[in-house]
Amino acid sequence: MGVAQDVPSTIDAVWRIESARLIAGLARTVRDVGLAEELAQDALVAALEQWPAAGVPDNPGAWLTAVAKRRAVDHFRRRERYERKVAEIGRDLVSRPDPTEADLVAALVDDGIEDDLLRLVFTACHPVLPTEGRVALTLRVLGGLTTGEIARAFLVPEPTVAQRIVRAKRTLTSQQVGFEVPDRAELPERLASVLEVIYLIFNEGYTATAGDDWMRPTLCEEALRLGRILAELTPAEPEVHGLVALMELQASRIGARTGPSGEPVRLLDQQRGRWDQLLIRRGLAALERAERLAGPPGPYQLQAAIAGCHARARTAGETDWIRIAALYQVLAQQLPSPVVELNRAVAVGMAFGPQAGLDLVEQLPGEPALAAYHLLPSVRGDLLARLRRFDEARSEFERAAGLTRNARERELLLERARGCAPAG
Amino acid sequence: MRFMVMIKANPESEAGVLPSEELLTAMQRYNEELARAGVLLAGEGLHPSSKGARVRFSGGRTSVVDGPFTETKELVAGFWIMQVKSLAEAIEWVKRIPQSDGEEGEIEIRQVFEADDFGDALTPELREQDRRLREQAAAQAGDQSAG
Repeated sequence: MGVAQDVPSTIDAVWRIESARLIAGLARTVRDVGLAEELAQDALVAALEQWPAAGVPDNPGAWLTAVAKRRAVDHFRRRERYERKVAEIGRDLVSRPDPTEADLVAALVDDGIEDDLLRLVFTACHPVLPTEGRVALTLRVLGGLTTGEIARAFLVPEPTVAQRIVRAKRTLTSQQVGFEVPDRAELPERLASVLEVIYLIFNEGYTATAGDDWMRPTLCEEALRLGRILAELTPAEPEVHGLVALMELQASRIGARTGPSGEPVRLLDQQRGRWDQLLIRRGLAALERAERLAGPPGPYQLQAAIAGCHARARTAGETDWIRIAALYQVLAQQLPSPVVELNRAVAVGMAFGPQAGLDLVEQLPGEPALAAYHLLPSVRGDLLARLRRFDEARSEFERAAGLTRNARERELLLERARGCAPAG
Repeated sequence: MRFMVMIKANPESEAGVLPSEELLTAMQRYNEELARAGVLLAGEGLHPSSKGARVRFSGGRTSVVDGPFTETKELVAGFWIMQVKSLAEAIEWVKRIPQSDGEEGEIEIRQVFEADDFGDALTPELREQDRRLREQAAAQAGDQSAG
């Protein structure tokens, strides 16, 4: 047995491959995600105890399932005894009929495991849970991450994450959240909740900087994995493919995002030779899957389409700004937000000239949400500079520099301000 | 982490003999499993080496050698690129690759370099650049008037 086959690493790997399906199958039978997760953990503990000596079984997934099944049966037998005791004392308990052992054995076969996985996704991301609870529970039961890994990824103490997971499980029980795929009427809202969780995880990883715990950037990979899994479970949902496309395309630029001194590099200034072509190809393919499905594009698909325009341009100069501007216009209708409007103004400024962009930007300052947003004066400064209104441009860049909290960003803005000084 | 998984050739694959219907179906299912697990990034089969060529570089000159090549067991017949958390996970996935009954085969797993991996290699140069930038910034800070 060589280095690569050490049992703890193998158990970790098997857990990562098998745990979500294991929990999903158990959850359908015991109808309680929290209990299912605990039973699965019991099986993991058994593996940690037995495999180092006995060796890793040929079919590790089946081994874990068998152990978890036995624990489930034990659990219900204990509950039966408990409930008989309670009945003896004469208390009335409303209890659902418990599955028999035969039911359990029958239920935990592989058929329908994809459906169970989908049920698990929707349950872990249920809107009744607070966002942080959904994120922690999703990474736990679908990602197979440990509490410690989740804590390091989100820069919070481990007990905090443990509490979030405990509370989430309790809420699912107390709110009597069933283990079901939502029906057609609820699906859009429930799916939106799932996509929100996945994208949140992605962005947490995307904003990680060098020097952060190495778990943080792996959140992007985790989110991509969850998105890809979901895309195979719900192939007819365009927004799922849209989100996957957006994440693949954003991830393709990770290698180009920071300069040699760790400073952030804007998309238009990035060395495109550093963009990951494999991820770009995957992102464009996912976008195509979304576009082939009927119906008007949703916000993720639109954002992905915008990212796709950038990905397809071999140089910044070849960017199809007219298409981007049009996409932002549609996006603004779906996701009305001053930030989207600002991005649209930038695109319009590139497509139709700085005056057109400036006209749009002038309509924005009234928005209270933008008052402290440094990109607004930064964009204004850029457009004014292109119109050769250098004095106004300089004061906009200086205002932007004052608003940003990022030291390198501030340096860049001050440099741009200096660039607008009257020539000697 | 990304790994390239390479199926090594055998006399059948080099002879252009297509795998059995059964194996093809099993492979199809395996690829679907990889995709459903969100692990598959790319995967392709390669034609026999008789359809390929090698370019040799020596003393600034190149020469071309046509396939087929003799060291069958070392040739690559197909590959996947997988996104997984560790080498151990790649190994677990590779163990599940369907094989023809009784046949011997070898599959090699190699880690793919990613942008981050070049970090250490660039450090000495970057440290120098970083030091110069810091000196510059410090000098400028001293020069700048208030405001």
